[in-house]
Amino acid sequence: MGTTETGIVSGRLSPAEYDRNFADLHPPLDEHEALVASDRCYFCYDAPCMTACPTSIDIPLFIRQISTGNPIGSANTIFDQNILGGMCARVCPTETLCEQACVRNTAEHRPVEIGRLQRYATDIAMRDNVQFYERAEPTGKSIAVIGAGPAGLACAHRLAVKGHDVVIYDAREKAGGLNEYGIATYKTVDDFARKEVDYVLSIGGIDIRNRQMLGRDFSLNDMLSRHDAVFLGLGLAGVNALRAEGETAAGVEDAVDFVAALRQSATKADIPVGRRVVVLGGGMTAIDAAVQAKLLGAEEVTICYRRGKENMNASEFEQDLAASKGVTIRHWLQPKRILTRDGNVAGIELDYTALEDGRLVTTGETGVITADHVLKAIGQTFEADGLGAIALQSGRIVVDAEGRTSLERVWAGGDCVLGGEDLTVSAVAMGRDAAESINRALAAATQPAAAVA
Amino acid sequence: MADLRNNFVGIKSPNPFWLASAPPTDKAYNVERAFKAGWGGVVWKTLGEEGPPVVNVNGPRYGAIWGADRRLLGLNNIELITDRDLYTNLREMKQVKMNWPDRALIASIMVPCEENAWKAILPLVEETGADGIELNFGCPHGMSERGMGSAVGQVPEYIEMVVRWCKQYTRMPVITKLTPNITDIRKPARAAKNGGTDAVSLINTINSITSVNLDTFSPEPSIDGKGSHGGYCGPAVKPIALNMVAEIARDPETYGLPISGIGGVTTWRDAAEFLVLGAGNVQVCTAAMTYGFKIVQEMITGLSSWMDAKGHRGLDDICGRAVPNVSDWQYLNLNYVAKARIDQDACIKCGRCHIACEDTSHQAITQYVNGVRHFEVMEDECVGCNLCVNVCPVQDCITMVGLEPGTLDERTGKVVEANYANWTTHPNNPMARQAAE
Repeated sequence: MGTTETGIVSGRLSPAEYDRNFADLHPPLDEHEALVASDRCYFCYDAPCMTACPTSIDIPLFIRQISTGNPIGSANTIFDQNILGGMCARVCPTETLCEQACVRNTAEHRPVEIGRLQRYATDIAMRDNVQFYERAEPTGKSIAVIGAGPAGLACAHRLAVKGHDVVIYDAREKAGGLNEYGIATYKTVDDFARKEVDYVLSIGGIDIRNRQMLGRDFSLNDMLSRHDAVFLGLGLAGVNALRAEGETAAGVEDAVDFVAALRQSATKADIPVGRRVVVLGGGMTAIDAAVQAKLLGAEEVTICYRRGKENMNASEFEQDLAASKGVTIRHWLQPKRILTRDGNVAGIELDYTALEDGRLVTTGETGVITADHVLKAIGQTFEADGLGAIALQSGRIVVDAEGRTSLERVWAGGDCVLGGEDLTVSAVAMGRDAAESINRALAAATQPAAAVA
Repeated sequence: MADLRNNFVGIKSPNPFWLASAPPTDKAYNVERAFKAGWGGVVWKTLGEEGPPVVNVNGPRYGAIWGADRRLLGLNNIELITDRDLYTNLREMKQVKMNWPDRALIASIMVPCEENAWKAILPLVEETGADGIELNFGCPHGMSERGMGSAVGQVPEYIEMVVRWCKQYTRMPVITKLTPNITDIRKPARAAKNGGTDAVSLINTINSITSVNLDTFSPEPSIDGKGSHGGYCGPAVKPIALNMVAEIARDPETYGLPISGIGGVTTWRDAAEFLVLGAGNVQVCTAAMTYGFKIVQEMITGLSSWMDAKGHRGLDDICGRAVPNVSDWQYLNLNYVAKARIDQDACIKCGRCHIACEDTSHQAITQYVNGVRHFEVMEDECVGCNLCVNVCPVQDCITMVGLEPGTLDERTGKVVEANYANWTTHPNNPMARQAAE
């Protein structure tokens, strides 16, 4: 096999090479490393890192707790704000969030390793199965959470803590959403997403129903008739089409499917990849797909993005990671058509692009890149099937600051709402805050009016 | 190149860095290595009287506190004086002195507080060719329970008595090593001087428990579940030692008495601080026990570079230079007004100056200015306490700036006066003396 066989084939590498390539990208800190790393934190007042965190984790406090040999207390601080703090520690683009805000950047261009420290503390608490939360007295209320991704899980957990009963409906085989299906393998090894779901659910009072899809198996009205409130954490189920000639040729694949298949594969040896792979797009999914294609043994992997480096949604760190793995990133190239031979991808013809008066235009020049495998990572879309009359804008659900939709008793959060940031950590924040809002609404509805005099 | 040659009470050494009497100087093997590394002198580990050897514990002898990355900040020990045979030590001392005639070799001695005990050991030590003796009145553990070490150092009358015996029975210079485990360090220093000592050395180690094991509830170091207070040393004790050295250096009764400075000397800078506060040389132990003997090379080159940069040619140019600036509080200039200034270009916006001032001091540093995170001193509130300088993680970001005479102190509403005025004549002082006309 090896890297030079043309065509989309699996088993290009030896088992040892697969293991090495898909190992933990950032190995966990050991105790001493964590103490040294934590000592670099200045315990800033009203810390900028904390402000930069969408879930507002008290970062200086949790790091100080690590530095004093109290990782369990540290994990408690983290989970109080973000019950998926373990996954966020792995997948957050910390370089554009907390670590970008770290004052150490100003001092010496090297932030405190907040993400890795968060992983250190949460790993210990989860390894020892330390439970920090007890359910409040049962309220008798039932809430449907649709989607078992980060938003849905965070919402369900907070609702369970408040004493409500929660049923999560999820379309896929396994809970976890993008944590389970949408993140590069080397960011979350050892089946962590599943373990985290188990950890979250161990609070009790949360019932998960898999393979239950909104619009196919039930409607929003069904949910409203069965439950006191509904939270929609639907994510983005659809993908954008290329709308270019040859898109249906064998060897053209959605990057999200490629990434998901990798995550569900134990050995990676069963995941086929081309010899020359072109990935279309400029976001995190494009990077995840391109890097993993290379790690699977593709000889050449090229990301083509239709705008410049500064426009890429993938962070600087992710771009550098791709480059370090041998991925070529090319800018100002837009797919024109897929070239085929015998029904299979043989290459891709691209238009050169440029900005003209702020608008993206093709320059008239074209070029061809030889490819036997094309991965499309040109954006995901929200599919609103089964939602009835809920208000949408720009194809996403409109919510207020608390996560309330236009419909009574229906909240939403995560990538499916307008203003969602396509970040796990933002989805967690929205799910958590919606749970608080739901709890307030349900409590207000049940409490007798207080006597005034 | 600055001249680092040291002449301490007539004892000559190529530099002012001696190893203190301690485990690193217990035998010829170590001392030879120390001299090869460049140490100017050693004070041999304390000799006891002839007889059965001293017995040490067989469990841990040292406890410690650490900073981050396990940087050793303080060490304590419960080791006793040398547990080797007296004559073995004397023989080795003689050989080492012959091998290294240009280095200082001092014998530390601790024998019972009886005239005959001292009278017996001094000729034996003198015969080795040692350059001088150091009287160990400092060790706070073990030997002190037997009436020696700090048990002597805490009673000025005993100090004076023993020093007098020593001056009587030997021609060697006598250095009296003092314990810091006492309220007023000037008392034992005066006693030593009255007894005729040639010099004092200080500080010996401080009574301490470094930590407690929270699983076993045993103090550390733990000997079969029990711990004993030990002698504390290392970087953590330096400020205490500096003060005690300065107290003796500026005491009119002991003014001019040579001092060998000891206590947490880890770098050339520490050594220089001891020297300018009145020490004639320094003794080092913990730094060597932490990093090995090579550190002396950093000390020698560092001291030399600093002296060159400042134009100091020899140790006499720097010794005691800071002593006139050590003052009683009552003589500090109350007309001197300083305010903190924050260099906004250097500020990394951690907010620690603000919260330290806001929570624990004078509410004199902003957090926001015009809605933007911005830390700035409010001069009408700043008392010039220096806390913000001390907690700021960025060196020289916050500095204390003295107000020029004639400018307005916004806090008090008064114009800063040029003249010196202290508490002794302050109107709020009920004991104020009339200023001399």
